[in-house]
Amino acid sequence: MSTQQSPSQTIGPMYGYALYAKGMNRSTEPGEPGAVLIRGAVLDGEGEPVAHPDALVEVWYGDQFTRARTDAFGVWHVRVRKPEAGLELPDGTGLAPYLHATVWARGLMKQAETRIYFPDEAAANAVDPVLARVPESRRHTLVAVPEDDGGLRFDIRLQGGDETVFFDF
Amino acid sequence: MSQLDANPPYFHPAYLITKKRAPREPLVQLPRGWFHDLAGPTFGHLAVKPTDNDLTIQHDGPPQGQRIVLSGRVLDSDGRGVPNTLVEIWQANSAGRYVDRADPGFMPLDPNFTGAGRCMTDHQGNYRFTTIRPAAYAGPKGTMFRPAHIHFSLFGRTLSERLITQCYFDGDPLIEHDPIIEAVPDPKGRRRLVARFDGESTPLTSGGETSALSYNWDIVLRGRSATPTL
Repeated sequence: MSTQQSPSQTIGPMYGYALYAKGMNRSTEPGEPGAVLIRGAVLDGEGEPVAHPDALVEVWYGDQFTRARTDAFGVWHVRVRKPEAGLELPDGTGLAPYLHATVWARGLMKQAETRIYFPDEAAANAVDPVLARVPESRRHTLVAVPEDDGGLRFDIRLQGGDETVFFDF
Repeated sequence: MSQLDANPPYFHPAYLITKKRAPREPLVQLPRGWFHDLAGPTFGHLAVKPTDNDLTIQHDGPPQGQRIVLSGRVLDSDGRGVPNTLVEIWQANSAGRYVDRADPGFMPLDPNFTGAGRCMTDHQGNYRFTTIRPAAYAGPKGTMFRPAHIHFSLFGRTLSERLITQCYFDGDPLIEHDPIIEAVPDPKGRRRLVARFDGESTPLTSGGETSALSYNWDIVLRGRSATPTL
């Protein structure tokens, strides 16, 4: 007997004073082992930014949980530790390192869940069982892009020709 | 059938902004055994104080408005309580104004009301907030009039249990006109979003300055279906 589930409703634009506080967008500091700055835009189907105050991005893995808001240009950023190698599915299949990313926004009736993969893990990404389930033409939307300052770029396109891959887990 | 089916679709044309923001590609389905029951995030940033669930004592004086106690249980989809999970809420004040700077500001602020609270569920999954009933409010021109509601964010235990939703109040005539509620396809799901007045717990005859109307609202998370999913 299954109990009627509570449906999702949009986060709306007014969550900021309740869900976000300064510093929540980092789980580590510059120079710490594995620390990486990840930034990206949240874009709508017309390529317009989903700007402040409309979008919240949660990036987490294991004991790291970060929240970031988009700014006037639709850009968010987090500073996190890259997960170490050796992740596995319950059956022992190896996984490439990744971070889980959840997008909440005004106009999103429920969360959009994606995964951030690392560009310096090409060999692991090539045999990752999750990426293998994604049509090849769309896999690149899940792999962050190196930036000149050593950080990574991960744009999230909610809709449109190069729509980011979202998952049902 | 996917447990996601109780949720509204991303695209709901009556909620205009979904036209540009709703993902259109199908979600990539992963086997349930992979991540569905993966432990969800921990949240060291989000320390909870015991008084964080009383939104009427955060300032020098009491807030304006009808004081309410909103309580219930957080359950999994098998109907079992979800203990020790974080519940975060935010809401407008009794005039329909949010403290948040994103509010269009048609209505007055209440210096004695912020409208943000949090608590952890107890060992049986119970939560409880003392607050005031928010007013319905109009959005910016060209948008919508929203029924009175309180936003809820819940973590649950697993990745699949994470939920952000809204709690509405039984008897609000705006509920049946709201495009965001209407987006939920199943009438039973829409009713799940409505808190009931709890006459038995409300001391209607006791009076006193701390008396409050009781509302009951249970939240059922997506995780742990009793029926196997294929």
